[in-house]
Amino acid sequence: MKKPGFETLAIHAGAAPDPTTGARATPIYQTTAYVFDDVDQAASLFNLQSFGNIYSRLTNPTNAVLEERVATLEGGRSAVAVASGHAAQLVAFHTLMSPGDHIVASRRLYGGSITQFTHSFKRFGWDVTFVDPDDADNFRQAATPLTKAMFIESLANPGGVVCDIEAIGAVAHAAGVPLIVDNAMATPYLCRPFEWGADIVIHSATKFLGGHGNSMAGIIVDSGKFDWSAGAGFPHVTEPVASYHGLRFHETFGDLAFAVAARAVSLRDLGPALSPFNAFLILTGIETLPLRMERHCANALAVAQHLQAHPGVAWVSYAGLPLDPYHSLAQKYLPKGAGSVFTFGVTGGYAAGTRLVESVEMISHLANIGDTRSLVIHPASTTHRQLTPEQRIAAGAGDDVVRLSVGLESVADIIADLDQALAAL
Amino acid sequence: MDHSIYTDAYIRGILRATRVIAMVGASANWNRPSYFAMKYLQEKGYRVIPVNPKEAAAGTVILGEKTCATLSEIPVPVDMVDCFRAPDAIVPIAEEAISIGTKVLWMQLGVVNEEAARLAEAAGLKVVMNRCPKIEYGRLSREIGWLGVNTGIISSRRSRAI
Repeated sequence: MKKPGFETLAIHAGAAPDPTTGARATPIYQTTAYVFDDVDQAASLFNLQSFGNIYSRLTNPTNAVLEERVATLEGGRSAVAVASGHAAQLVAFHTLMSPGDHIVASRRLYGGSITQFTHSFKRFGWDVTFVDPDDADNFRQAATPLTKAMFIESLANPGGVVCDIEAIGAVAHAAGVPLIVDNAMATPYLCRPFEWGADIVIHSATKFLGGHGNSMAGIIVDSGKFDWSAGAGFPHVTEPVASYHGLRFHETFGDLAFAVAARAVSLRDLGPALSPFNAFLILTGIETLPLRMERHCANALAVAQHLQAHPGVAWVSYAGLPLDPYHSLAQKYLPKGAGSVFTFGVTGGYAAGTRLVESVEMISHLANIGDTRSLVIHPASTTHRQLTPEQRIAAGAGDDVVRLSVGLESVADIIADLDQALAAL
Repeated sequence: MDHSIYTDAYIRGILRATRVIAMVGASANWNRPSYFAMKYLQEKGYRVIPVNPKEAAAGTVILGEKTCATLSEIPVPVDMVDCFRAPDAIVPIAEEAISIGTKVLWMQLGVVNEEAARLAEAAGLKVVMNRCPKIEYGRLSREIGWLGVNTGIISSRRSRAI
């Protein structure tokens, strides 16, 4: 096959029939460990000299199909699947950072990421500076000699902010550090950050990749293009690793080095392994990703247009709307659609926001996005409540803000439910 | 030919036709990349003969194979010369590879020498640069997919033969 299309890859990449049984769907290898042929083969596996499975905390054949599938869809070199999007961030940064090192991150991240970076990463001695992502120069100004990564969301949650990946990537590379992009809201169907200079892509596969609100998973994808030995100093990738008797990942594994290091050290030792059952459900979801994303985007645009004209709605922040400040960036980075998560402001502030989420009948009030079901939340009282009021506003989660994740129901029913809830305010 | 990209058919053709590999710069140290590659290629059925003058002088046997000091010392026909050496050391290796009648000159990850490639191709050898035969074998057999690597292979066949 010359160059398979995205829809073909979404179904086939990484998954061949099971060599033993011929099973065509990917089997769920629900096993913790794998027998060795003999002591010598075991030694080869432990030394990373052979490809094969030892223990499902490191590798699992079902998870491996998911890893190769997402690596392929992103146009990357390799991937590591873990238990959640947060675990993906932890494992990625654990591979890059040492105590005292520094990250420059967008201040418009998902609230849970801001909390993870601000509080839990601090306990590893990792410092974070949050900057306004609308100007790439803010990343340059915040960089220090200890900066080891820059981090953005391609499409920010919940604000509908689109980041200028190409410009921020150029700033990161000038500083000798990789640009890490959380691509969970866009998925590789809408945006492929590696094509714009990103070096590592992170996913909460729990969201649109899985798409059915039934399984947690996270994935780290490596483009294979960042030169770890020439960069700002990444000893866990380039220097001898004591726990592998002095092996150097970059020298031994070339453009697979970051992913191998993330798996063989950070995943091995931190331990957030993905359940193969969850991997199977996410894989099944990915097979219909192109169809679902098309409909998610179409429904979201229709709902956004309806809300924009509604008297109970003060504003709508959806990059798919022609007058939205992020519309031109969305046309560049997300030409097939601006995703299906966006925010709007209810007239009546905090009280109206909380009343709205309690008044919907079909739409579910819960803390997730990227489900077949339409979901709603009032971030200020839930996902972003750990933040200070200033941080909440900076993150696009002020008092009047309501976040919608528009699902795949009949769009008329989604609109009708919002109308009756708005009428109740 | 363009050495920035190789078709799967080109690499597959080389790996299928090869039986004996001379590994120049082979190391007896188990955690060196050459040792990884030699061990894996042996497991896949290739005979790999280490070439390293220092180890040969010491009489070192690596993974059951006696080390030779030079390519010319190898007592059997060699199909492929695999170079674990710095780029500026490759031209004389290419000349010796041509003189012993090998069919493939392979340079490892990070090793590119256009002059050596031209010499070898002019003498009818196939050339691969900046690749690892272990990683390519693992990719074409889809084994490397077990590590989450994008193999670029789409297949509805059960077999994992390359």
